[in-house]
Amino acid sequence: MKTIALVGNPNSGKTTVFNKLTGSSQRVGNWPGVTIDRKEGRIKGMDSATLVDLPGIYSLSPYSPEEIVSRDYLLKERPDYILNIVDGSNLERNLYLTLQLMEVGVPVVIALNMMDIAKAKGYDIDSKALGAALGCRVVETTAAKGEGMEEIKKVLSTLSKSELPKPVRFDDGVEKVLDSISAKLRPDVPEEQRRWAAVKVFEKDASSSEYTDEDFSSEIEEVEKAHDDQSEAIIIDQRYNAICGIVSNVLKQPTTGKRKTASDRIDDIVTSRIWGFPVFFGIMALVYSIAMLEGSPGWFATDWLNTYIGDEFIPMVADWLAEIGVEGMLYGLIVDGILSGVGAVLGFLPQMLVMFLLLVLLEEVGYMSRVAFVMDRIFRRFGLSGKSFIPLLVGTGCGVPGVMASRTIENDRDRRITAMTTTFMPCAAKLPIVALIAGAIFGGNPLVALGCYFGGILAVLISGVILKKFKRFAGEPTPFIMELPPYHTPSAVSVGMATLQRGWGFVKKAFTIVLLATVLIWFLSSYTWGLQEAEIIDDSILASIGNAICGIFAPIGFGKWELSVATITGLMAKEDLVGTLGTIVGIEIETAEGDLWAWLNTIVTPIGAVGLLAFNMLCAPCFAAIGAMHRELGGWKATAFAVGYQCVFAYVCSLILVQFGGLLIRTDINVAYLIMAIVSAVVLAYFIIVKDPLAIVRKVAGKEGAQ
Amino acid sequence: MTRTLKDVKYGVPVKVTKVNGEGPVRRRIMDMGITKGCTITVNRCAPLGDPIELTVRGYELSIRKSDAAMIEVE
Repeated sequence: MKTIALVGNPNSGKTTVFNKLTGSSQRVGNWPGVTIDRKEGRIKGMDSATLVDLPGIYSLSPYSPEEIVSRDYLLKERPDYILNIVDGSNLERNLYLTLQLMEVGVPVVIALNMMDIAKAKGYDIDSKALGAALGCRVVETTAAKGEGMEEIKKVLSTLSKSELPKPVRFDDGVEKVLDSISAKLRPDVPEEQRRWAAVKVFEKDASSSEYTDEDFSSEIEEVEKAHDDQSEAIIIDQRYNAICGIVSNVLKQPTTGKRKTASDRIDDIVTSRIWGFPVFFGIMALVYSIAMLEGSPGWFATDWLNTYIGDEFIPMVADWLAEIGVEGMLYGLIVDGILSGVGAVLGFLPQMLVMFLLLVLLEEVGYMSRVAFVMDRIFRRFGLSGKSFIPLLVGTGCGVPGVMASRTIENDRDRRITAMTTTFMPCAAKLPIVALIAGAIFGGNPLVALGCYFGGILAVLISGVILKKFKRFAGEPTPFIMELPPYHTPSAVSVGMATLQRGWGFVKKAFTIVLLATVLIWFLSSYTWGLQEAEIIDDSILASIGNAICGIFAPIGFGKWELSVATITGLMAKEDLVGTLGTIVGIEIETAEGDLWAWLNTIVTPIGAVGLLAFNMLCAPCFAAIGAMHRELGGWKATAFAVGYQCVFAYVCSLILVQFGGLLIRTDINVAYLIMAIVSAVVLAYFIIVKDPLAIVRKVAGKEGAQ
Repeated sequence: MTRTLKDVKYGVPVKVTKVNGEGPVRRRIMDMGITKGCTITVNRCAPLGDPIELTVRGYELSIRKSDAAMIEVE
């Protein structure tokens, strides 16, 4: 069994090569400890050869989690071969990674990809000379058209494991130190990795202690003095110099000066000072109107599936179960618990696929990085980067793809904060709640919905500021060093594959976490403490839990058990809140909307309704979205922190709104609650304004520790 | 005063003389190909004035002005 690692820069066509070589035999997993997809597949037409797709990276320096994963894999799991995809139309930067790959002690095959674009640019590349200079076999490919794939397989099946590349030599001063390091490396460093190890020790990389116990700082310092630079930078400089030397020998470029490419001309409009924002809002409006808007294809497909599941599929299964004699608890579990719960979530699948498709398209075309470029200035003020905007936008449709869209953010901290706050946006399922409260309490005022959207964005920005002050998210402001790849027409296969993979992730979630959670809620709402079937929901376990906890919600305006229970069932799917209230009131809301509205008016004041709305917009999202957060945050501890933060933040915001609002219109004033609200407001302001709000906590803890 | 990439005119190629800064960010900037002696053209800035887009080693890169200020040019 041969293992081949696929390595290359982002946008080098690596995914296309992977799809072409492996076809449908792909498996998607996770790299240990990080939320980066690990894809592998069998190479078609080759005997037992597995291709492992490493994340797209620019370098093997441990700057991003992607780079760390790749580096660890290459050095520790040691694939048999490396297949390095090099963008032929962008040789210099792509070869920088190649030069590093040549040091890890594994035979390297170079696929010189995007040859069609290189030729269109007038590039004439001598791939034989390139191979000779690097000591690797080079295959010319145009993966988008499937050209060169057979040649890759041929080279891979004839390559010998001893055919190691010749790493480039640095200048004599550096090589002398490298020699003396090599001589004193630990004996357990494998022969073929000694060059890599010596360079790492010279660079003073964090991993150098794995390779040697000796101290070379005086020798390294001498070289640093001679070059007036740090050792790490000397290596980078000399690598790029070596590349320039190689490229000048193998690449003939047209000398007609710099012509504007099509990509440049598009950017002249799309990222220009005048048109940048209008184009951006136009595209977003288009995405929204295709995927989300009532009457759009995405909406229509989801509406159809929801109706089918609810009106045909579930009754059909129910009839069949009744026919074969299933009844009682088992019947309730299957029909009311599993089918209704999972069905409610799966009903959103078509809409989500449309959304995923559009997002993948925007990404593949190259527009997403332009969005980040345009929006960065705004989001940086709040400690995030431009890339955080996309998930929020998606989140107005559904929080699940919204949270998943945060994956395109490279910086780990920004990605986590974005994944945690995306569900503050009012998603489609929250709109029935908005409609209920706006209709019943505020006479259908459209400002209520508008307030929810602006409130959502505000909550995200404020949370960005607050969360950056926690240790787990703290650190230097995120640098924004991002390639703007040339626009290009994506291949249908790549887009289709990526869309389906994301959709499959969603389905898997519906059948795991959502299944468990809905069964639990179903049980709690259908049974009494004595495990008898509850005749009405008022007798259920859930109702008594609601009674027990409704005091908590009194300060934010809705301390009634019905509303507490409804809020809990909102965890299944946010629109269930409305359905639950309907069940409790004992009327079909479809037929008697006015009755539910009238009833709601009797148990909650206008100010209390604001609290109810604000809390349900901001608190923990539905289980499906929590599942998505779990996946992106990579662990239950981080997920618990996220959900905890959301609930506390929702509570604090609602408390401030309700109590200060009550004060403003001089109703519902309760001194104790008001004091709570004032304290909350002060703490919130403290967290927003003070640079290190947790210092005081550490100080107190430290003092106690000292005593 | 030394001129940095932050101050150069759009569309005019310049030569890098030194990359200042510290740690991972500096390494990242250099990894992406901005090293001593290479030629850079700043093409434009984003609608709100920051970040900027530049051409280096034949491709387009976007960095913030605060990072551009770390790159000295001729």
